[in-house]
Amino acid sequence: MTTQTLTLAKALGAGLRRAMTDDPTVMVLGEDIGRLGGVYRVTDGLQAEFGPRRVVDTPLAESGILGTAVGLAYRGYRPVVEIQFDGFVYVAFDQIVSQLAKMHARTNGKVKLPVTIRIPVAGGIGAAEHHSESPEAYFVHTAGLRVVSVSNPQDASTVLRQAIACDDPVVFFEPKRLYHVKGEVDADLPLDDAPPMGTARVVRPGDDVTLVTFGSHVATALDAATAASDEGVSVEVIDLRSLSPIDHDTIAASVRRTGRLVVLHEGPRQAGVGAEIATSVTERCFDFLEAPPARVTGYDIPYPPAKLEGNQVPDLDRVLVAVDRVLGRVPASGAGVEVGA
Amino acid sequence: MPSTMGSTSRDDLSRAGAARAETASGTTDGTTTDGTNGSTNPGTTAAGTASTARPGDIPLRLLDEKGVRHPDPALDRWLTDVDAGTGDARAALLALYEEMVVARRIDAEATALQRQGELALWPPLQGQEAAQVGSAAALRTDDFVFSSYREHAVARKRGVAPVDLLRVWRGITASGWDPYAVNMATPQVIIGAQALHGVGYALGIQADVERGVVEPRQDGTDDDGTAAVVAYVGDGAMSQGDVNEAFVFAATWQVPLVLFCQNNQWAISEPVTLQSGVPLVRRADGFGVPGVRVDGNDVLAVLAVTREALHRARTGGGPTFVEAVTYRMGPHTTADDPTRYRDASELDAWAERDPVARLAAYLRAGGLLTDDDEARVRAAADAVAAELRAGVVALEDPPPLSVFDHVYAGPHATVAAERAEHAAYLAGFADTDTDITTGGDAGQGADR
Repeated sequence: MTTQTLTLAKALGAGLRRAMTDDPTVMVLGEDIGRLGGVYRVTDGLQAEFGPRRVVDTPLAESGILGTAVGLAYRGYRPVVEIQFDGFVYVAFDQIVSQLAKMHARTNGKVKLPVTIRIPVAGGIGAAEHHSESPEAYFVHTAGLRVVSVSNPQDASTVLRQAIACDDPVVFFEPKRLYHVKGEVDADLPLDDAPPMGTARVVRPGDDVTLVTFGSHVATALDAATAASDEGVSVEVIDLRSLSPIDHDTIAASVRRTGRLVVLHEGPRQAGVGAEIATSVTERCFDFLEAPPARVTGYDIPYPPAKLEGNQVPDLDRVLVAVDRVLGRVPASGAGVEVGA
Repeated sequence: MPSTMGSTSRDDLSRAGAARAETASGTTDGTTTDGTNGSTNPGTTAAGTASTARPGDIPLRLLDEKGVRHPDPALDRWLTDVDAGTGDARAALLALYEEMVVARRIDAEATALQRQGELALWPPLQGQEAAQVGSAAALRTDDFVFSSYREHAVARKRGVAPVDLLRVWRGITASGWDPYAVNMATPQVIIGAQALHGVGYALGIQADVERGVVEPRQDGTDDDGTAAVVAYVGDGAMSQGDVNEAFVFAATWQVPLVLFCQNNQWAISEPVTLQSGVPLVRRADGFGVPGVRVDGNDVLAVLAVTREALHRARTGGGPTFVEAVTYRMGPHTTADDPTRYRDASELDAWAERDPVARLAAYLRAGGLLTDDDEARVRAAADAVAAELRAGVVALEDPPPLSVFDHVYAGPHATVAAERAEHAAYLAGFADTDTDITTGGDAGQGADR
C-alpha cells in the first residue's frame, strides 16, 4: 500500500483515473471537464490521458447530459457525469428521477444503469446564487438512487470507485469546502478492503451524545466534539457517508449507548435527511432516549447571498447549543436548534 | 403555393423533396396533409401558419391517396427489394401489408379488451400503421429502438409477442418485454425523454466501434455500416426540452441516430399548430440536422426515407430527422374523447388517406393482392387477435411482494427492511379468508 498526500479534488481525480484504467467502459461527461479539467479541476489531465471520446465535453444542457448517460448505460457503458454546480442539477431532474432511478425496476431488472452523478455540493465558500445548495433530500427521497457524500480524501477516492463499480445509479456529493483539504490517500486501495459504500463510520467514539452528520460537516462535528470534551462531554461522531441507504443500525447502536441524538446537516430542515434519522431513532430507540433528538440544519429558506451565508450554514456554536440542549443544559428554544415538542 | 429560394437542407431527401415540390404543388396533396397549412385545427392560437411554404414542406410520397404509384428515382432506389415487380418483392410487399393489417387488428382487439375491463388503458395506433411498419421494416436486428407508448407496430416488427404488448396496459408490469431480447426499449411515458436515450445509445455504438468491440457490417448492401438507433417521438414531444437537446447533442457528436417524429396532428387535444407555427421538419435545419418530411401514410415512402436516413447514420453521416405526417384516427387513449376537440369531418378527410386501404389499392391494382390473399391476411389477423385475447385474459397478477423486486440491482437496506415489514403485514392475513400470496424474492429488495 502506497499513500500520497492529496487534496480531496485530486483524490477524486485519482479515483476517476483508476476507474477508467480498470474499466474501458467508464466514460466521463460534463461541461468544461475536458481541456479545462472542470471548474474545480477534478478531471484535470483526464482528457489528455484518455482522449476526448472518454472524457467528453458536452453541450450546456444538464437534462441532455443525463439522458445521454442513460442511453450510454443502456448500451453497456458506465458514465460518470459531472454536474457543474449543485443548483444546476434541477434541469436534469426528470432524467434522474423518472429515467435513471426507475429504469431497473421499470424493466424488471433487465436494464442496469450504472451511472454516477458527481455533484459539487453545499456552501460556505462565498459563491453566487445556485452554487451553494444542498439538494440531497430530493435524491434520498427517490427510489432507485443511491446517494453518498464524502468527508475526506480517502473516501473521495474509494467511494467514487465504488460508486462507479456499482450497478445502480449513484448520486455522489462532493462538498466544495473540502476540495482543497488534504489527506493521505491510497488511490489503489482494493475496493474489497474498503468499507462497503452503504455504511456509516464512527469517526470519533463517545459516550454522552451521538452526533450524526456527513460531508463537510464531519469536520464541524469533530470540532464540536473537541470543544465539548473540554467541558467533560463525550460526543460520538458518526460520518453517515451514505444517505441512501442510511445505515440506521450504526446510528441506533450508538444512540442506545448515549441516549442522545444530534443530527447535523446544511440542507434545509423540512423533510431533510435529519428528519429521517430523528424519526428512525425515535422509532427504534425511544426507550433509550434521555432527550428529544435535536436537528442542526440549514433553515427552510433560499440559500442566502454570500455575505449572509453564515446564518444558514451550521457552525461549531450551533452544534454546541444542540449538544447542550440534548444534555438538558439550555432551554429547548436554544438558538439555532429546532424547537422541540 | 409561392415558390421560395433556397431550402437550406443539404441531404438527398430534401433535394428530392425540392424536386417533387414543383409537381406536388399542382395536386391536391401536400398542403392538406400538412397539418400546419390546413384548416383542420380550429380554435388554436398558433403562432401563425407557414406564411411562405418551402419545397421541403411537401411530404415525400410514392403512393397517392388512391394507391397510385408515382415513381421517384431518389426514393425508388431504396425499394428494389420490396417494389420491383419481382416475385420476392411481391412477397415482401404483401408482408408489409399483412403487418399493417395485423397491427390494426391487434389495436382493435386491445381497445375492445379495454372496453371489457381486461385492460386498464390502451393508446390506439390506428392510422399510424404505415409510419410504424414502414420505418421499423428499415431496421437491422442489431439496431436499437427507443419509443413512446404508441409504437405497437414497431414493437411487433421488432419481435415483441402481441400479448407482451399489452402487459403494461393490463397493469401488471412496467415493461412487457426484455429490451435486449428485441433491441427495443420498453415504452416511455415522459414525453420526449427517450430521444436523449437514443443519443446516448448511439454514442455508445460510436464508442464501441472506436474501441473495436464491434465491427461495422460490410456485406456490400445498403445496410452496411454500424448499427444505428431510431428514436420515435410525436408532434407534442417536439416542444420538449429533451427533444431539442437531443437534436443538439446528436448534431454535435454526429451519432448514428434517426429521430423519427410521427406527426399525428394531435397531442391529446392540442393540435400540432399549438406546438409549431411552421412544419416541424424545418426545426431540423437549425440544429444542423438533415430533415425530411414524408407522407406517413405511405408505407413505401416511409420505408425509403428511413432506409436512407439509416444509411446516412451507419456510414458516418450523423443524425437525420424524419417527420412522418400521419393522423391519429382514434382517441389519444381509451380514456380520451376526441369529439370534444375535433370535428368528425377531419377524421373523414383523413380516412380518405387511410394507410392500409392505400396500400391495398396499390396491391390490387397491380394484381398483387387477390381476394384469396386478402382472406388469408384477414384470417391471420383474426388468429393473432384471438390468441392475444386468450393470452391477455389468462395473465395473472404478480405476487404482492414483487413490488420490492428490482428497485435496486444490488442489496439496499431500506428496501429490504420495508419488504420484510410488508411481508409481515401480509402474513397477518394468513388465517383469514383473504387470499394473499406473498411470493417474490424472499427478504431482499433487489436481485441478489
